[in-house]
Amino acid sequence: MKKNWWKILTVLLLVFTVVAGMLTEVPRLAILNETIRNLYFHVPMWFGMILILLVSVVYSIKYLKNPTVKNDIVAHEAAKVGILFGVLGIVTGMEWARFTWGEYWSNDPKQNGAAIGLLIYFAYLVLRSSFAEQQQRARISAVYNIFAFAALIPLLFILPRLTDSLHPGNGGNPGFNAYDLDNRLRMVFYPAVLGWTLLGIWIVNVKSRLELLRQRIYENV
Amino acid sequence: MQKDFVLEWRQKYAFNGMLLYVSSTVFVCYLSFGLRSNVLTVPVWNAVLWIILLFTSVNAIAKSFMQENRGRLLYFYSIVSPQGVILSKILYNACLMLVLALICFVFYAFVLGNPVQDVPMFLLSILLGAIGFATSLTMISGIASKAANSSTLMAVLSFPVIVPMLLMLIKMSKNALDGLDRSASLDELLTLLAINMIVITVSYILFPYLWRS
Repeated sequence: MKKNWWKILTVLLLVFTVVAGMLTEVPRLAILNETIRNLYFHVPMWFGMILILLVSVVYSIKYLKNPTVKNDIVAHEAAKVGILFGVLGIVTGMEWARFTWGEYWSNDPKQNGAAIGLLIYFAYLVLRSSFAEQQQRARISAVYNIFAFAALIPLLFILPRLTDSLHPGNGGNPGFNAYDLDNRLRMVFYPAVLGWTLLGIWIVNVKSRLELLRQRIYENV
Repeated sequence: MQKDFVLEWRQKYAFNGMLLYVSSTVFVCYLSFGLRSNVLTVPVWNAVLWIILLFTSVNAIAKSFMQENRGRLLYFYSIVSPQGVILSKILYNACLMLVLALICFVFYAFVLGNPVQDVPMFLLSILLGAIGFATSLTMISGIASKAANSSTLMAVLSFPVIVPMLLMLIKMSKNALDGLDRSASLDELLTLLAINMIVITVSYILFPYLWRS
């Protein structure tokens, strides 16, 4: 029970996020109106994605230093969960863009950047599936994972800041900080980030344990 | 390292092949646009040039690891360090790409007209582009050559990685085409340099792990 406190915390945080996110008062802003609630669902997805991909990269580095099956499996599962978060982030973002920008996809630099970022990680999955031998697969996909993460950082953090974008925080639109000052939003936003990230880590944890057990069964059979 | 360079240089047939590839692509573009040359506005000119360069570089650099036979790789493995191999490959590919890109630009400008207003800046963007393509594609080709269906994988792996670089390059060369003030493209220039540095460092660190298999 002692080790599971963070799982209970996750559940509580997420219940709080959903309930409070849907019901509490939010500041009225032009255009955004009620869609501002997407802050509790869309933005934490990207935080979660970055953190979980970071976990994946850390395990890839650990694999190159110390090749064990566990490090490889965690890196792989974390990359998959990171992709899941990225897809959810893009879907929630598109849904939001439909009501604020008028279109699902308006060729915005941030949207394009996110799509390319996802392509990089889909390529990672393709690369993994094209090896038959396990050790080689683990090592080479670890190398690609680190390489891809290094390519992802300029894509997500540098390029969008150089161009104008419709996205909040860019090109004169009310940014995150403009309404971050509102304490009502903060009260839900921080728990939301923490909750979604913990959920991601939990999924990675469960899936990699499952995968490890499956490998062990194969070895015994 | 020099020896590696010389060895690569001996494979001249690859270079000649790429030369022919570049010129025929440019010529195809010329033929398809030539009938209605007023269609070719400046942004299209720019985009087509970079697309040609991208495909040329993918084709040219994909060969750098795939064409090696096992014996030669083993020989390299026994005499030089992996860092030496990747650096010399990157260096060779950068030179190769530079020559190819320059020839491509000259030939392209010759047949399709040259709307560039700030030629030194444009050449600088080509230089950075050649180095950037060479560095990232060398590493990707090293990764892809280990896998089964390497030529498909090469395309799949390289395009997402190269797109950010390509976007910066297109913007920078567009600035040079329009003859904008040079300070306008300083941001792009610095970012490109930074991306190149990141890619080179990461390849330098990671290649030894790849090399072992």
